[in-house]
Amino acid sequence: MTMTTTNDMIAASPVRRRFGGGDLIGLGIILLVALIGYFLFPNNLALLTRIIAVALLVLSLDLVTGYCGVATLGHAALFGAGAYAAGIASAHYGINDPLAMLAFGIVAGAAAGLVCGVVILRAHGLPQLVLSIALIHLFHEFANKASSWTGGSDGLSGIAPTALLGLYEFDLWGRTAYVFGVALLAIVFVLLRLIVRSPFGMLCRGIKEDPIRIRSMGASPKIALTKMYVISGAVAGVGGALNAITTQVVGLDSLSFTMSAESLVMLVLGGTGSLFGALTGTVVFMFFEDVVSAANPFHWLTMVGALLIAVVLFAPRGIYGTVASFVTRRREAK
Amino acid sequence: MQPIFEVRNLKRAFGGLAVTNDVSLSMAPGDRVALIGPNGAGKTTFVNLVTGNLRPDSGEVRIGGEAVTGVDAIGRVRRGLVRSFQVTRLFADMTPAEHVALAVLQRSGRAGRLFGNFRGMSDVMAEVQELLAKLGLKELMHRKVSEIAYGQQRLLEIAVALALKPRVLLLDEPAAGVPQSDTGRIEQALADLPDDLAVLMIEHDMDLVFRFAKRVIVLAAGAIIFDGSPSEVTKDPRVREAYLGSYANASHAA
Repeated sequence: MTMTTTNDMIAASPVRRRFGGGDLIGLGIILLVALIGYFLFPNNLALLTRIIAVALLVLSLDLVTGYCGVATLGHAALFGAGAYAAGIASAHYGINDPLAMLAFGIVAGAAAGLVCGVVILRAHGLPQLVLSIALIHLFHEFANKASSWTGGSDGLSGIAPTALLGLYEFDLWGRTAYVFGVALLAIVFVLLRLIVRSPFGMLCRGIKEDPIRIRSMGASPKIALTKMYVISGAVAGVGGALNAITTQVVGLDSLSFTMSAESLVMLVLGGTGSLFGALTGTVVFMFFEDVVSAANPFHWLTMVGALLIAVVLFAPRGIYGTVASFVTRRREAK
Repeated sequence: MQPIFEVRNLKRAFGGLAVTNDVSLSMAPGDRVALIGPNGAGKTTFVNLVTGNLRPDSGEVRIGGEAVTGVDAIGRVRRGLVRSFQVTRLFADMTPAEHVALAVLQRSGRAGRLFGNFRGMSDVMAEVQELLAKLGLKELMHRKVSEIAYGQQRLLEIAVALALKPRVLLLDEPAAGVPQSDTGRIEQALADLPDDLAVLMIEHDMDLVFRFAKRVIVLAAGAIIFDGSPSEVTKDPRVREAYLGSYANASHAA
């Protein structure tokens, strides 16, 4: 077999899997939507930044749930760990450089991912779900009790990030925060796109379908999933740190069961097992929440419930998943 | 020749019932052995003990002279003991190319890589194409497994096993469930297996056994009652009794 034939084959293959045209379009769409958001809601950039932070959590959840089939209702533990680490670095140690705070968030998120992974991956199915719920409650309670570090139920304040790269102050309108968030999301998106298409991503897809088969190929599903949990933790840590840096406060809600459950709802809404699904779900859910709760503060949760039921019943692959498979079918029909 | 695969006095009982009772066998590179036996003879338990999915009560399993009784299933695969499954266990959403690539990457220690793609790794792609071409699956290499015929899925099982470059290959009924018209392709694939590979095939189809195996081992009630050439197996009175006995019981039960 010569190199030429191999390369010919790659060129002729029906689906291109490297970071190529499709991925650049995806990145372009993210940046375009971000730009539209910037001009459409100039007075609400804080909300948009918050959406990006949560989107990073949902992307992180998608890595373990969508790509690896791990059931968890405790994923905000990873997000919260990142948020508190970035916040504590600033409030208690005077490390106020946003990028340094971000690094703390990433490391803490990855460490929390390792801890959660080791515990959660010991079980499967319902017991796994219960372990994840127990973990998020433990994380929450720990943060609540360690109030000298975390501020407990009052929240952690005193976070004072300095100018980004020493040039861009975090302004009152949240412009710097928003641009910072978009940049982080774009970087994370590109990295994850590469990872899900890498040999490791393929291994994880295999584990999701049949872990016993993977074992009989000589690979350890547990080691691979733990690794994915650490990566997932780092991504959630980026989200948490972004939230801490841009809002300058960290509350207990950032590692709550509610936040974990909501992130799962967003993922299912958008479509599991696809990075765009995670992003779509987050944007739709949070916009819906914002618009509907403003329009009808008493019944907005009912409407969110109705939306979710409608999606699960009529578009079980999620909003993005359904649209994507519709487009594929149309293309094949032609 | 130094045996590549040895089982010594393997025993396993479930609640007092000896399902594997003092089983010993030895295989050299290039051996083509068929393991047969009536239903309930303990073939599945034997496979599970050998592959490390079940712990024996006593006895030893050796691969290439190394005792692997304490090694788990994954470790045994890494030492060259690879199995195929009676019912295909493939990834429905993946393509044949991805299956074989995953096996090649795993074997070469690259399955954990976070960046790059197997399509860009020329050595991996060359091996994937060569293997799939050998088994007549090259045209289908980018179709989803759920879209290809069952006989082709069985061939892909063999391709995945071969991509792991085994020293000992355990084939669990490689032609099970395949329509008669397609078994020829599978038999061809079995005939083309590497010469230095030791193959232990568990099979019910006696025609296939006689065409493939140079040596037949008969398991009945957890023990080996025959180990010899295919020409002698049908003449052996204990084998006839074991099979007749099981058929008599089956018809009695029915």
